[in-house]
Formats: sequence, structure tokens, C-alpha cells
Amino acid sequence: MVTVKELSDNLSLEILTTCDEIDRPVTGGYCSDLLSWVMGRASEGDAWITVMGNINSIAVAVLADISCIILADSSALDEEAKNRAEQQNVIILRSELDQFTLCNKIGELLGV
Amino acid sequence: MPEKITLKYAVDGDDFTKAGLASSDLKHTLKQIGYDPGFIRRVAIAVYEGEINMVIHAGGGEITADIAPDKVEVWLADSGPGIPNVELAMREGYSTAPIDVHELGFGAGMGLPNIKKYTDDLQIDTTVGVGTTVYMLINNN
Ligand SMILES: Nc1ncnc2c1ncn2[C@@H]1O[C@H](COP(=O)(O)OP(=O)(O)O)[C@@H](O)[C@H]1O
Ligand SMILES: [Mg+2]
Repeated sequence: MVTVKELSDNLSLEILTTCDEIDRPVTGGYCSDLLSWVMGRASEGDAWITVMGNINSIAVAVLADISCIILADSSALDEEAKNRAEQQNVIILRSELDQFTLCNKIGELLGV
Repeated sequence: MPEKITLKYAVDGDDFTKAGLASSDLKHTLKQIGYDPGFIRRVAIAVYEGEINMVIHAGGGEITADIAPDKVEVWLADSGPGIPNVELAMREGYSTAPIDVHELGFGAGMGLPNIKKYTDDLQIDTTVGVGTTVYMLINNN
């Protein structure tokens, strides 16, 4: 079982929000920048890999029970998104890697 | 819990920063009552998609949710443009969302299909030029 913290440590991710979900288990992953695809296809507990760091992403993460958002390609996180994420206890991480490379590494760590 | 609780939310027309607040609040309430997480997730996703549609396509509206031990029923009513062809609107990938909302991640044309997927009943009552009411039923079983 891999936690958000272990994922973050292993992939040297930048932690962008302060909240207490860091020990939450990551049970899988889903990658998309289209919110309705995430709503329809992601599973509870997935790490969500995206470049969408806006406030709507936070709602999607909360409603779809995502374990963490990982912003790929050093993509930006809006200030209001950051605030909403902290209010709602959504952990957001960031990587310099592109989505393909990042997903590969996450897949390896999760053993999927 | 009592037999039935009714919640009402006004959904703001063009404020994307507030889109999702009603579904988030509903989710929170269901969690406090102690429903099964899988059931809550289905309600949350379906209502979110309906809420977003009211914001993007209809200039806002009103959500009414009836919460009972064995089911949640939700009506999302707006006075927007209506849907000329519901069968077409139900297709995966069909969207009339304007380009600027694509940049926010919306407009994939998967909202209504998602609602269908996660609910036990979906009914769309719509009249062009008058508005749309989306009814959804999610059974807790
Ligand atoms: N409340 C509504 N009022 C008017 N049109 C709507 C409404 N909800 C959905 N539609 C129409 O149905 C289409 C498909 O909706 P949906 O599957 O949610 O995709 P999307 O919202 O990504 O466009 C929309 O693009 C729009 O044309
Ligand atoms: Mg939609």
C-alpha cells in the first residue's frame, strides 16, 4: 500500500497545500485534463494527474474522492484553487515531469 | 434521521468559482448522516454534473434534493434556453459549451452520460426558450 507521502517522497514532488491527507493511501491513478472524464472514469482513491490547477479541479477531487492531485509539467496552481484545496483538505503535489513520464513512474510505484 | 429531509440550493449563473458548491454541500450533509461512501459518491458526481450544466448552459437555477434513508431524489430546474434534441445531448462527446469554458476543463460532452451512469433514473423535461428540469434518482441499496 502506497501513501500520498510515499509517492511524494519517491518522486520528489513539491507539496503545494498544507492539509492532513498526506498519509492517505493511493489505490490507483487517473490522467486527464477534462473534468467530466475524471468524474466519470476515475476511481475513489486515485491519484489524479493533470495540468488543470484551477478551482474547478478542487471540486472534482472532493466529489470524486480523489486521493491527491498531481500537477504535471510544473503547471500552475491558482491562488484561489490553493485556498479552496486547503479548506476542503485536498492535497496537491507538483512535478516537473510530463504526464506520460509521471504516470509511468507512478504506475511502477503502485505496481500496476 | 427523520423520514425525509429537503435541501434547496440557488445556483449562481456565471460564477465558475462557485460551481460545485451545492454538490459539495450536499455531499457533506450525506456524509454527516452516515450514508455509504459509494452511494454518496454517485450522488455527488451526478449532482455536480447537473449543477455545472446549469452554470454553463442555462445561466443558473435551483436545486432541490429530497433525502430519504433508501434514496436521494434531485431536481435541477433552470430557465435557460432548453435542449432542442435530448437524444443528441445524451451522446458521449456532444457539447455546445463555448470555447472559453474548455480552457477550464469543461465541455467534454460527458456530463449527461455521467449522470446516466451514476443514477437509477434520469429524466429531462425541457422546452426550448423556457427551461430545463433534470430529475435524478439514486437508490441506496
Ligand atoms: N441545463 C441545460 N440547459 C441547456 N442545455 C443543456 C443543459 N444541460 C445540458 N445541455 C446541453 O446538452 C449538452 C451536453 O451536456 P453534457 O453532456 O453535460 O456536456 P457538456 O456540458 O460538456 O457540454 C450541452 O453541451 C448542452 O448543449
Ligand atoms: Mg456538462
